[in-house]
Amino acid sequence: MGVLGPELRATAKEITRRYPEGRERSAIMPLLYLAQSVQGRVTEEGLREVGEILGITTAEVEAVASFYTMIRLRPTGRHVVSVCTNLSCALRGAGDVYEAAHRAAGISHGGEVSEDGLLTIHEEECLGACDAAPVVQIDFANHDRVSPERMTELIEALRRGQVPRPSRGEAPQDFRHASLILAGLEDVPTRGGAQGPDPEREAAG
Amino acid sequence: MTEKIITANWGNPEVFGIGGYRANGGYEGLRLALERSPAEVIETVKASGLRGRGGAGFPTGVKMSFVPQDTGKPTYAVCNFDESEPGTFKDRELIEREPHQFLEGMAIAAYAINSHEAYIYCRGEFLHPGQVLQRAIAEAYEAGIFGENVLGTGYELNVVLHRGAGAYICGEETALLSSLEGYRGQPRLRPPFPAVEGLYGCPTLINNVETLCSVPHILRNGPEWFAAIGPEKSPGTKIFSVSGKVERPGNYEVPMGTPLRVLLDEHAGGILGGRRLKAWTPGGSSTPMLTDEHLDVALDFESVAAAGSLLGTGAIIVMDETDCIVGATRRLLRFYAHESCGKCTPCREGTWWVSRVLDRIENGYGRPEDLPLLDDLGENILFRAFCALADGAVSPIQSSLRYFRDEYEAHIEERRCPITGTGPGALVSIGVEHDVSETVEPEVTT
Repeated sequence: MGVLGPELRATAKEITRRYPEGRERSAIMPLLYLAQSVQGRVTEEGLREVGEILGITTAEVEAVASFYTMIRLRPTGRHVVSVCTNLSCALRGAGDVYEAAHRAAGISHGGEVSEDGLLTIHEEECLGACDAAPVVQIDFANHDRVSPERMTELIEALRRGQVPRPSRGEAPQDFRHASLILAGLEDVPTRGGAQGPDPEREAAG
Repeated sequence: MTEKIITANWGNPEVFGIGGYRANGGYEGLRLALERSPAEVIETVKASGLRGRGGAGFPTGVKMSFVPQDTGKPTYAVCNFDESEPGTFKDRELIEREPHQFLEGMAIAAYAINSHEAYIYCRGEFLHPGQVLQRAIAEAYEAGIFGENVLGTGYELNVVLHRGAGAYICGEETALLSSLEGYRGQPRLRPPFPAVEGLYGCPTLINNVETLCSVPHILRNGPEWFAAIGPEKSPGTKIFSVSGKVERPGNYEVPMGTPLRVLLDEHAGGILGGRRLKAWTPGGSSTPMLTDEHLDVALDFESVAAAGSLLGTGAIIVMDETDCIVGATRRLLRFYAHESCGKCTPCREGTWWVSRVLDRIENGYGRPEDLPLLDDLGENILFRAFCALADGAVSPIQSSLRYFRDEYEAHIEERRCPITGTGPGALVSIGVEHDVSETVEPEVTT
């Protein structure tokens, strides 16, 4: 049982070796991403296991995890749709895009996950792509110059099980897969619809 | 002079990979650097007059020379790729188009301080740029550019990509170090400066992506060549990220000292829809906004400072006559309130209170005493916190009140936003009998 099975524990040890000996704590962020890639968010159990690997307390891990918005401690949809509403995007109509995202996802303001568990809508601060305002990210893959209509289409595509092609780069399959990439493990085979580590298999291991 | 340096190859997709980059002269600057002593490399960068492009404009060569070599501890080269200043998007495009130009600059900087370990702190939301970097790093290892024997010289350099997780404050260099060490991204008191006591308590050099991209060209073409571009005290070219109400938003590399008018008209296609410029930031949301009176300000460190603002990251957010300044300021303050790390009371509490006051003014519930209150809040945040985030939050407050006080007053007098028309005062303007003085301000939830 546990979040990180033996295979991922070995991967976690590898990750700590990116940093100098005695400085393994630096690996806390990639390890949190690793735990997130298994569960789609970081649970109490995930925090505890990361602490175990680093030799620090669960509270210390939680103190760090709760500081960063990309580590999700609350229930999270399979896809995270982030809409930038900071000034450059707001000047180009991001407010309407943000509303459209809520409408299309069927989530009210303050609500976090759609009823079917598919979507989380996140109001994002500047995403560093203001030339393409308004900017939306789906699982951290960028979509440029998104109109409210396009926002609705993107969410409808996700509903149909399709992952829309981003403006640059490749789209992660979902939020878990994005978390795996963020842990620095993009060389893990991900083609052909693989979703990153299989939680069932990991749990069994 | 319209010479481009660090974006010169943006039209050429070949330079994305290491083969094409080297075919275009790539890694020649590193080879030249390795033929000299580290101290000579520092002298070359000093002589070029290059100043940091991450916001503060500190001379890069001088910064390198501050890293002591005799402490018996390792030295670290850290690159700040946590680009999050609202309006700034230059580093992302530099990496997405020509990642090796940056890696070469970083390797030269690491060599200059005798460092064998370089860390790139990449903003978490930059999923794709991070992947580009990770692959480019792997290419450089395979080509013998990184690793135990850099270009066959015996110099060792290892490079680690470290991804952040969504916190603007980590662009502040001491917060970045806390985050990289595995802690909350909270700033540390300086001194000691990172040059002396940085990553893991060791001497550390921290540079911005754009700064490092210029370095290979300085090695290849000589410091005199670089110093001759632009004004004497701010030499070289600068990428300006132009966004908001312009016809062609984008990154434009021009010589330092180019006037805003030229940048807007000749590069960004003018104001969107032929409208009139109302306000703009020279260097992102943390730099005081200026107005159409400042169209001829030369965009370099000294001239922008003389005009009462800061060059910052060169992020020009353009607002036109149809945009509400109170609304814009309110949105920016919500950003600072959200991104305040919570360490210092004036910043944590102050940005929250200012946000509340701006909410009520924009929504038509402002009170005449709110303007002196905003003045007072600004003064009590400015220079009273550990790091520059708090000072950055004060920039939009004070500058908008300086240039657009009448617009604030109109919001309060008319009890609505004069641009969008929303607020209880709107009822009066359409002839509805309604005593707005009795209107109760709605409860604000955060």
